[in-house]
Amino acid sequence: MEVQLLDIRKHFGPIKANDGISLSVPAGTIQGILGENGAGKSTLMKILSGFQPADNGSILLDGREVAMKSPADALRLGVGMLHQDPLDFPAMRVADNLLIGAPGGIRLHRSQLRASLAEHARSVGLALDLKADVSSLTVSERQQVELMRLLWLGARVLILDEPTTGISAAQKAELFSTLRRLAERGKTVIFVSHKLEEIQELCTRVAVLKQGRLVGEATPPYSVRQLVNMIFEREVTPGARAACAPGGPILKLSSLAVERGRIRLEGLDLEVRETETIGLAGMEGSGQSLLLKACAGLLPPVEGRVTMLGQELAGKPYHYFKRNGVAYVPAARLEEGLIAGLTLTDHFLLTQRKPGFFIDREKGRSIAQERIAEFNIRGTPSNTAESLSGGNQQRALLAIMKPEAKLMLLEHPTRGLDIESVIYVWRKLKERCNAGGAIIFSSSDLDELLRYSDRILVFFAGRVSTPLDADSTSVEELGRLIGGGSV
Amino acid sequence: MSDARTSHSTPTRLRSLLTGDAWINFGLQIGALILAFLLTSCILLVAGAPPFEAYKQVFLGAVGSVTSFSNVLVAWVPLLLAAAGVLVTFAAGLWNIGVEGQIVLGAVLTTWVLRLLQDTAISPVVIILLAILAGVVGGALWAVLAGVLKTFGGVNEIFGGLGLNFVATALTLWLIFGPWKRPGIGSMSGTEPFPERLGLPTMAGLRVSPWSLGLGILAVILVFVLLERTYFGLRLKAVGKNTRAAFLLGVPTWQYGLLAFLFCGGLAGLAGAIQVTSVYHRLIPAISSGYGFMGLMIGMLIAYRAIWVAPVALFFAALNIGSIQLPIVLKLDSTLSGVLQGALVLFVLLVEGARQRYMRRVRMRIAAPTTLEAPLSASGET
Ligand SMILES: Nc1ncnc2c1ncn2[C@@H]1O[C@H](COP(=O)(O)OP(=O)(O)OP(=O)(O)O)[C@@H](O)[C@H]1O
Ligand SMILES: [Mg+2]
Repeated sequence: MEVQLLDIRKHFGPIKANDGISLSVPAGTIQGILGENGAGKSTLMKILSGFQPADNGSILLDGREVAMKSPADALRLGVGMLHQDPLDFPAMRVADNLLIGAPGGIRLHRSQLRASLAEHARSVGLALDLKADVSSLTVSERQQVELMRLLWLGARVLILDEPTTGISAAQKAELFSTLRRLAERGKTVIFVSHKLEEIQELCTRVAVLKQGRLVGEATPPYSVRQLVNMIFEREVTPGARAACAPGGPILKLSSLAVERGRIRLEGLDLEVRETETIGLAGMEGSGQSLLLKACAGLLPPVEGRVTMLGQELAGKPYHYFKRNGVAYVPAARLEEGLIAGLTLTDHFLLTQRKPGFFIDREKGRSIAQERIAEFNIRGTPSNTAESLSGGNQQRALLAIMKPEAKLMLLEHPTRGLDIESVIYVWRKLKERCNAGGAIIFSSSDLDELLRYSDRILVFFAGRVSTPLDADSTSVEELGRLIGGGSV
Repeated sequence: MSDARTSHSTPTRLRSLLTGDAWINFGLQIGALILAFLLTSCILLVAGAPPFEAYKQVFLGAVGSVTSFSNVLVAWVPLLLAAAGVLVTFAAGLWNIGVEGQIVLGAVLTTWVLRLLQDTAISPVVIILLAILAGVVGGALWAVLAGVLKTFGGVNEIFGGLGLNFVATALTLWLIFGPWKRPGIGSMSGTEPFPERLGLPTMAGLRVSPWSLGLGILAVILVFVLLERTYFGLRLKAVGKNTRAAFLLGVPTWQYGLLAFLFCGGLAGLAGAIQVTSVYHRLIPAISSGYGFMGLMIGMLIAYRAIWVAPVALFFAALNIGSIQLPIVLKLDSTLSGVLQGALVLFVLLVEGARQRYMRRVRMRIAAPTTLEAPLSASGET
């Protein structure tokens, strides 16, 4: 199905999220959408999929102008969207609803529906266990379920907003081949990402947004330099790897064992020193977050010790850890990190040290302004958390972290950030590190792990490797280890 | 409900009062008011009463004379206190249904202290102060009980509150007909009235006391300042909007929940104490008169914005007092006010719900997965 967007405009107060975007996507193509954080990508996609109306402009499907008042409307017309935040779309309920809320009735049709779904899954090449309990699915599996649902309901245009942020390399390869297959059959795929190599690998054409406008289009072969130039209007180069000079010990784990659900980590020994950065690699759900939570005091260890600056902390409550210089930044931005409905100022006020009793709004505003500038957040102090773009939420999350924290525990700290912001945020984090802090972070991006870590722990099926020296490890080797290879 | 709570905090609302959005909202609220009156009118017609005449009687009954208006003020005070209190628990995301029982317990403890000290030589002023203080403590403790049941016993505060309401009522009845019964025989008219010196002084010739009025208004101001201007209020809101994130950001969440209960219960207890010391001068079985539930209704009606407590509570009080006349003049039951109040709350919530649904379609989806239902499940039917 051919998609045409004509002069789409969408303003939020003074912010022009979409400022007259016209774009046409022929049937059977995989259209990439690039752009820095807050450029207006998600806004445009939400307009195209009926989640929000444009202030102005029109949408044409196969040359016919359409009006979409809701996602259901859009889907009836053949447009389906996979949302940016995997936690934001209720995949579980969707799958249930699919069977329960389907036309025709209750019991009897269930098996028929199942059969028809399974048939459909096979035909598009998705291997899904339809009987599995949806809550046990990984992000990637949920994505597949949602993708399936959209296709089953007749989507001919598929929109994927940063679908690769929570999935492994193998899962990504699978997703890409599915998308290619779909495009070959004439479906139109619109793919939003910050990762240029993904765009290069997958997309047959790409459009670049900046500050709500379409600033460029390209077709293969792409040059990374050219794309980066279009996105940021300048060259972006990551700084050289800086070697750290480790200081005194900050955190010491001795024969630590932690357990949650099916995963159990055992016999962990690790010493983290000042200025050090430890990367945690592995497939999603291999125990990285268990380790981070144990270090944060959110998961009491089954046995072993957690020693922070010489003080034994194992078994102490989270807030005690926090008071003693531990900061934890969760991956689920709007679930655990930020509070929807509160403004940025509110967030900074909430996390102030020694706040006193009465709120000084002016001071709050100026602190907010300062941190907004420091972390380059596109937004104002009175923006609520949920009104920020995905990448800007991520920056806000890092900006509200206590500056005086000695040990920073970060789950996917740069998830959803554009390339420039990744570099920028890491510079900020490293500054804090070099001022005597230490970082332990998890990531699914191998380059990021190798570039910013000093040592890397690889998680596989509940086992943790001995720390690898990031300097002498290659992407290939790291990839092999994550897949279960031995050192 | 979580939707309404996340909508606007007062400052942003004041700022947005000039924008078109606010006017639409205002229009919608007026629409809800009209619908409520229409529904009530229909009920009146079915009951065979002329609606216009009924409203006129209610109006005159409320503001027809200085006496009647002063009675409205008498009813206003406990409403102010209860509504202000539940705003604090609402802010923390808690449904303090138990506010009714907290008023009762306040009244019970106040009565207890008055009974204990009435025959001593202690100055009446001190006795009254102690009695009111006891009422505050009683309400607060009863509320904290609901909070403890929730925090440590896993009992939802709605069920806990309901249960405690029953217990509080049973306790009052037992006291009135048992240990505290009037000389001779216990009766529904309550305990033996206290001497006049143990009541809050009233305005000349009227039933309203400037002291209780002052306390009621003070409570509303206090709650407003607390919620809008203090870190305490901000943390409460954080807990109410996202407990998990608030915890991770360093807010001791369950402790704040208990504090919210404590605060709300204290205000409810104060309302009970005022009912005893300045309205009934004794403990009666229906000492709370449903003011707790009305306070909850007001809280919902104003979508938890403290700035609206005073006027809406005054309106509710006027309806209550105004409809007292109805049985005499129009042979109608005085519960008409309740019908109107209930209809009003329902329609305002309905209109708000419809608006949110519309906005959710229109705007970005911001709700958490658990509160999402409309758009995607609807598409499952195609
Ligand atoms: N509901 C809203 N209220 C106010 N501003 C909004 C709202 N939704 C989006 N915006 C603003 O519109 C701009 C564009 O946001 P959008 O989510 O489209 O960016 P994006 O390109 O998807 O960025 P990212 O890469 O960070 O996900 C941002 O500045 C954002 O703050
Ligand atoms: Mg986005």
